[in-house]
Amino acid sequence: MTAVLENPASEPAVGAVPSFEVTLRIRRYNPESVHGDEATWDEFTVTAHGTDRVLDALHKIKWELDGSLTFRRSCAHGVCGSDAMRINGRNRLACKTLLKDVNPDKPIIVEPIKGLPVVKDLVVDMEPFFASYREIMPFLVTTGNEPSRERIQSAEDRARFDDTTKCILCAACTSSCPVFWTDGQYFGPAAIVNAHRFIFDSRDEGAAQRLEILNDKEGVWRCRTTFNCTEACPRGIEVTKAIQEVKRAMITRAF
Amino acid sequence: MATTQSTAAVAAPRSPYGRRKTTRGNYELYSWVFMRASGVVLVVLVFGHLFVNLMVGEGVSAIDFAFVGGKWSSPFWQVWDLLMLWLAMFHGTNGVRTIINDYAQRDSTRGVLKGLLYLAFAIVVVLGTLVIFTFDPCPANADPELLASFCTA
Repeated sequence: MTAVLENPASEPAVGAVPSFEVTLRIRRYNPESVHGDEATWDEFTVTAHGTDRVLDALHKIKWELDGSLTFRRSCAHGVCGSDAMRINGRNRLACKTLLKDVNPDKPIIVEPIKGLPVVKDLVVDMEPFFASYREIMPFLVTTGNEPSRERIQSAEDRARFDDTTKCILCAACTSSCPVFWTDGQYFGPAAIVNAHRFIFDSRDEGAAQRLEILNDKEGVWRCRTTFNCTEACPRGIEVTKAIQEVKRAMITRAF
Repeated sequence: MATTQSTAAVAAPRSPYGRRKTTRGNYELYSWVFMRASGVVLVVLVFGHLFVNLMVGEGVSAIDFAFVGGKWSSPFWQVWDLLMLWLAMFHGTNGVRTIINDYAQRDSTRGVLKGLLYLAFAIVVVLGTLVIFTFDPCPANADPELLASFCTA
């Protein structure tokens, strides 16, 4: 009798990553297709590994199943902020969300972020979002002569606004805000976070101007502290806290 | 692998927009501060009102026309109730105004709803103020049994 290795193919190699079938239910929109201005849902099933992210599954669909699927991504490692999308009802970065963390037993629902005009499939027009961002003057404002060396700042002064420097402008927060969904007139959490980054910077002298800009009917006072933005932020910024700090700065300035 | 499904349940993607105009000013700031301040004052006023009406003396069973007439013949309770009426109406109206701003998607809807809101506000405040100051605790030809004790004295 010779010892025979039973079913060598079915035995996973030591250290191999287990694979599984996963279905993605993707909201499609293409005004040039037969559906016109109507959005549709498409389902795709792909084989994925335990280490795969939602973005990997989207790549697989685009490269192997349907080349017309459109989405944004650049760095694919959670830094550029291009691939914010609504995955199973929550705004996340597709490149930072592991498939195994969003229950791959059921179809994973992927939609474009809400509140911004959809261009095609998962791509939205970010212009209204960036318009708000530009309005708060996201650059250093100073007076007097430019110093001949760098502007020195203590570690404590730097720590004051450290949290809000992490923003990557992915729009996950703004497009998770129910006040922004209504009519898109609200500045949105991202603009306020980036204003906060300069308002509380000891080197910046434009705080009064920025507070003036955000002291608007559509500014910080429309925040209802629902914390959707804080939950959505892929960088873990305490967005609602930053908004409240800007509110407090306005109140201490007014009284 | 791809299966296109029914499209009926999906809303059409929204049209583009931009921020229409800047609306800077301290109005929303003061309204925000007022909501917090009036809220604190209202807690004192409302619970004081409930305590005096329902707990002190004979409690809830003592409330009748004479009880209210007696209270409103005192300037202290007139001012208390007036303050309660005005603060509650401003606080509540401002809250509903905020909700309308948040939920109404078109300016025309928003305008109509706010118009109705301000009309209701005006009617209640004017009527309430009128009642507090012109209230007659001892109407002529009334059954003396139902009136406050100082009417017959």
